[in-house]
Amino acid sequence: MAKIVSLSEAVAENVRDGDTVAMEGFTHLIPYAAGHEVIRQGKKDLFLIRMTPDILYDQLIGVGAARGMKFSWGGNPGVGSLHRFRDAVENQWPRPLEIEEHSHAAMANAYEAGAANLPFAMLRGYIGADLPKVNPNIKNVTCPFTGEVLAAVPAIRPDVTIIHALRADRKGNVLLEGIVGVQKEAVLAARRSIITVEEIVEELNPPSPNSVVLPTWAVTSVVLVPGGAFPSYAQGYYARSNAFYIAWDEIARDRGSFQAWIKENVMEARPEDFAKYAKKHAA
Amino acid sequence: MTDFTPTEMMTIAAARALTNDDVCFVGIGAPSAACNVARLTHAPDITLIYESGTVGTKPDVLPLSIGDGELCDTALFTVSVPEMFRYWLQGGRITTGFLGGAQIDRFANLNTTVVGPYDHPKVRLPGGGGAPEIASNCGQIFITMALSKRGFIEKLPFITSMGHGEGGNHRERLGMKTKGPTRVITDLCILEPDPVTKELTVVSIHKGVTREQVSENCGWAIKFADEVIETPAPTETELSVLRDINARTKKAHEAA
Repeated sequence: MAKIVSLSEAVAENVRDGDTVAMEGFTHLIPYAAGHEVIRQGKKDLFLIRMTPDILYDQLIGVGAARGMKFSWGGNPGVGSLHRFRDAVENQWPRPLEIEEHSHAAMANAYEAGAANLPFAMLRGYIGADLPKVNPNIKNVTCPFTGEVLAAVPAIRPDVTIIHALRADRKGNVLLEGIVGVQKEAVLAARRSIITVEEIVEELNPPSPNSVVLPTWAVTSVVLVPGGAFPSYAQGYYARSNAFYIAWDEIARDRGSFQAWIKENVMEARPEDFAKYAKKHAA
Repeated sequence: MTDFTPTEMMTIAAARALTNDDVCFVGIGAPSAACNVARLTHAPDITLIYESGTVGTKPDVLPLSIGDGELCDTALFTVSVPEMFRYWLQGGRITTGFLGGAQIDRFANLNTTVVGPYDHPKVRLPGGGGAPEIASNCGQIFITMALSKRGFIEKLPFITSMGHGEGGNHRERLGMKTKGPTRVITDLCILEPDPVTKELTVVSIHKGVTREQVSENCGWAIKFADEVIETPAPTETELSVLRDINARTKKAHEAA
């Protein structure tokens, strides 16, 4: 059964130095508040996993919390590069970053394999591409029925997965909808999970029998953090701040302005500060 | 004749390449603009799919990111990312994929990964994302990129997604049944692979552009087809649709 706890308790209990950590969210529902708590608690030597590391992982890399990252597209969507990620790869600042790079299709399949308790995923992928030459975790497997050679990648099994969702009930059953990305698979693939939510309600009342629900017994910790996905968005609660994503390009370009931003907006801030972004307009 | 910019010409030329029957895997930026201009002009029933999981989306403003709420709000349905890549892309249900890149070579292979050695890159780019499998699993690929010596280069430092590989029947030799890149639309001209060698060849030059300009802006000795036509200039309708959607988009993103 999931425990409903504070964000500081959830992170302290579930995220350990050296852990493999997936904070997923495919543009929608990115767990910013939880990521900031990881930074505030000074977690070290994390191996980060995410299909689309964007600003949140730029922040974790820039403060030196990450020893490595497994990913498939690392950029500021629609804006450009992640400058802290680039600084780490190109100049080893603030520390070297070990990278394991895949394609989206491979990452999505690898999460599914993790959720399904399989050792690896296969796909018709990487044909003619150079990534298999630089990533020893991309191998081949031959179909025993047709002889076709397919790409194989190891299943993703994070120590802990952190996501943001729309709402939970008091038992800790969690609902997410809209662009659901790979979050369900990432939670089910992980040993432990933290899910921050916009609101906690008496009855979950899924809008349809096919709604994406993570049942309380498949989740470790649930945390109420209204606005916790800002500057990404929560469908039906608040919109994505495209203006912030554009502004981040300037903030992150320079090491000094990045560090000043982290001090003011992460180290000296609290999870409750996210609430001001959650102007509910859902029914 | 109305004035237009090279980028507007590129977007409109790309939009014209799409048909009403296309099921199109759309990337952010120029491809997204082109696909939505097609939808709002000659191809109202085109199916637009974004890799975030939105299928049959009809955004009123162009998304800044691949997963803006606008895409989900206006979609026929939205699926998880694993389902998108497994059932819809790998399942062979997408006719046309739209790609761009930092660098391209004469066989339409693309690099969006690194400039310089992989382990010690001069420039670390965002990486492939969906591109490696879009390139091999969509029925055909359109590419939009501004023509420049930095972007159109002799030899790629890294192949993120394969176009025609080393040319000729390289795709078939690797077991691929899809066509690969069939058209590269730039701000100065349109290129298509030679039917036999698969080397990109100029087939159409945009109005007001010279052959010399095309050659000077390409990093290899670019070839011209026997018959090169002039790309028809944008119509009033095409331009006004593109400018309207760009204006709506700018306003929406600045406000958010």
